[in-house]
Amino acid sequence: MTDIASPTVRISARPASATRDIGIKRRYAAERRFRAYGIGAISLGLFFLALLLWTVVSNGYTAFQQTTITLPIEFSEKVIDPKGERATDGKVLMTANYPLLVREALIKQLGIDASKRPLVKQATDMMSASSRTLLRDIVVADPSVIGKTIPVTLLAEANVDSAFKGQIDLSVEESKRKVKDQQVTWMNELASAGVLKKSFNTGIFTFGASSRPEAAGVGVAALGSLFMMLIVLVLSLPIGVAASIYLEEFAPKNRLTDLIEVNINNLAAVPSIVYGLLGLAVFINFAGMPRSAAVVGGLVLTLMTLPTIIIATRAALKAVPPSIRSAALGLGASKMQTIFHHVLPLAMPGILTGTIIGLAHALGETAPLLLIGMVAFVVDYPGSPMEPSTALPVQIYMWANEAERAFVERTSGAIIILLIFLVVMNLGAILLRRRFERRW
Amino acid sequence: MNIMSEAAVEKALDQKMNTVPYKMIGKDVSVYYGDKRALFDVNLNIRENTVTALIGPSGCGKSTFLRTLNRMNDTIENCRVTGKITLDEDDIYDPAIDVVELRARVGMVFQKPNPFPKSIYDNVAYGPRIHGLARTKADFDEVVETSLQKAGLFNEVKDRLHEPGTGLSGGQQQRLCIARAVAVSPEVILMDEPCSALDPIATAKVEELIHELRTNFTIVIVTHSMQQAARVSQRTAMFHLGNLVEENDTDKMFTNPDDQRTQDYIMGRFG
Repeated sequence: MTDIASPTVRISARPASATRDIGIKRRYAAERRFRAYGIGAISLGLFFLALLLWTVVSNGYTAFQQTTITLPIEFSEKVIDPKGERATDGKVLMTANYPLLVREALIKQLGIDASKRPLVKQATDMMSASSRTLLRDIVVADPSVIGKTIPVTLLAEANVDSAFKGQIDLSVEESKRKVKDQQVTWMNELASAGVLKKSFNTGIFTFGASSRPEAAGVGVAALGSLFMMLIVLVLSLPIGVAASIYLEEFAPKNRLTDLIEVNINNLAAVPSIVYGLLGLAVFINFAGMPRSAAVVGGLVLTLMTLPTIIIATRAALKAVPPSIRSAALGLGASKMQTIFHHVLPLAMPGILTGTIIGLAHALGETAPLLLIGMVAFVVDYPGSPMEPSTALPVQIYMWANEAERAFVERTSGAIIILLIFLVVMNLGAILLRRRFERRW
Repeated sequence: MNIMSEAAVEKALDQKMNTVPYKMIGKDVSVYYGDKRALFDVNLNIRENTVTALIGPSGCGKSTFLRTLNRMNDTIENCRVTGKITLDEDDIYDPAIDVVELRARVGMVFQKPNPFPKSIYDNVAYGPRIHGLARTKADFDEVVETSLQKAGLFNEVKDRLHEPGTGLSGGQQQRLCIARAVAVSPEVILMDEPCSALDPIATAKVEELIHELRTNFTIVIVTHSMQQAARVSQRTAMFHLGNLVEENDTDKMFTNPDDQRTQDYIMGRFG
C-alpha cells in the first residue's frame, strides 16, 4: 500500500507475521512485581499500625474507667473541728482527720466491728488515700456541710480498681497478691449494693502527678504541652516563614547563604537531645530561666522545629510557578507585593503542612525535655508557662517506669490521649490545607 | 491611487511610517548572562502606536531584548544590561527611575497565559489596586469593565466575573492577561509570543485584539510565526545570534528585505 502511494519511500510496513521480541512480557512482569512489592510494603505497614493501635487501645481503654465507691459521709464536727476554732484558725479545716470520716462511713457500710483493727485496716485500704484531699476540698469550699451527712463519691484504691476490672488473677495464692480475699468479698458486696461501680474516669484528664495511680492524671502534662505548643507556634511559624522568605526570595546566592542552607538542613537532623543540652546551657544556666518550666521547653522545641518549618516553607515557595511571579512583577508589583499577594498565599498549604508536622513532632518530643527538668513530679497546675509543669510524652515516660498494674493501663491511656491530640492536629492541617488550596 | 506602482505605494507607506515618533529608543543595548553575551549592541527604536514584531530563530535574543524594555531581566540573577534605553525621554536604567513605576508604564503579556488564581474581576483589578489608580468600588467596576471590553472579553465573562480566572479557556485566559495589563493604562505593552500556546481560532482573536489595541498603546510583540508578524505588525525587527539583522516596515521586510539573512529566514532556509 505504502509502496503504491509513494514509490520513493523505501520504508515498508513490517510483515505482520514477523514479530520482534521487544520484551513485552518481561516489562509487564517487572511492573507486576513492582506493584506486588508496593502492596506488600503497604500491607506490612498497615499490619504494624493496626498491631500498635490494638495494643495501645486494648491496654489503655480501661484507663478511662475508674472504680468509685459512693459512701454517705458524716461530716461530724467532733472529728473535723473538736475544739470549735475553725472560725479563728484556718488551719483546722486543712489539717482535720478526714480519713477518719471515710473509715467510719466505710465500717458502717460494711458492718465491721471498729475494735477489730486488722479488719478495719483492710477495709480502709480499699479506699484511695486521695479521699483526704477530696473531703478537705468539699469542706473548705463550703464549711456549712459540717454536721451534715452527704453521699460522696470516692475513688477506690488502685488494686481494688484493677481487681474490679478483672485485671488481677484471683486464683493466685492470697499472700502473693495485693488484693486480699476479704477485700474481694467486700468489693462484690459493695458492687451488688450499687455502692461500688465503674464510672467514666474524668480524673485522668484533670489530675496532676500522683504516686497513687487512681489519683494520677495527665492534666498538668497536657497543660504543659499546650503551653509549649503555643510557644512553639507563636515563635517558630513567624520566624521560620520570615527566614524562608528571606532566604528563598531576597538573599543573594553566595557562599554564605549556601553555608546557611547546608546548616539548616543539618540542624533538622540533629538529635533532639542535643537541643535539650543547648536549652540547659543557654536558657537555664546562662539566661537564668526557671527549670521544669514550659517556657524553656517551648523555646527548646522552637529551636528544634524551626529547621523543619524552614525546609517545608522553602520547598513550598519554590513550588509556586514562576509565571505567577512574572505576572505580578510585569504588572508593576514590587517584590514584596509579589510575595505577599501571590507567592505566599499559594505556598500556604505547604507551609501549614510543614508547620503542623513540625508541631506534631515537637508535641511527641521527650528527650530534650528530660534535660531541662521537665521530668518532674508536678501535682499542681502551672498558672503560667514560667511555672513547673511536665509534658504529655514525659508523663507517659514516667508512668511507664511505674510498677503498679494500674499504671500500665494509664500509660496506654495517656498514649491514646497523645494520639488523639496528634490526630486532631493533623486533621486541622488537612482542613486548613483544603481551605487554602487553589489551582493554577 | 490604484494606478500607483507597487514601489510607490511602498514608498508612501515608508514615509508614513517614518513620520511616526519614537516611543522607546534602544541604543547599543547589550545583555550578558554571567559571562555569556546574549545581545550585541542592538540599536532598535520602537515607534509610537505601532505594532513592532521581533522575529528570529530560537535563542537569537529577541525575548531578551523585549525583557530589557521593562527591566524584567532584573529578576534574572547575573543578568547585566549595558547601553541605553529610553522611554520617551527617560533612561529606564537610570537609578532615578523606579522599576515599579517603569513596569506600570510598560506592561507585559507572557507566552503562557498566567492569570492569578483569583477571580476574573480580581485579576483585572489587581494592577489598579496596587498602583492606587482606582479608589471606590464604582471606579474598580468601571476599570474592570473597560479593560475587559478593550480585551474583547467582557461579553464572554460578564456573568461570571467572580469566578476564577483559571477556569477560562486558554485563549480567554490570554485575553484576560491582556485585559489585566491594559487595566494599568500602560504606554507600551510587551508581548512575548502571546499566541504560542493558543489554537488558531484563539490566535485570530488575540491578533485582532492586538490590531485594535494599537490605537491606544505601543505594542512590541515577539513571535515565531512569520505570518503573525506579517498580519499584526507595521514594523518588524529580525534578530540573529544576538544581533539585530534588520529593522524595517513589515511590508518591505516580507517582500523585499535588505538583508540576505532575513530573506533566508523568511523563506525558511534556517531557523
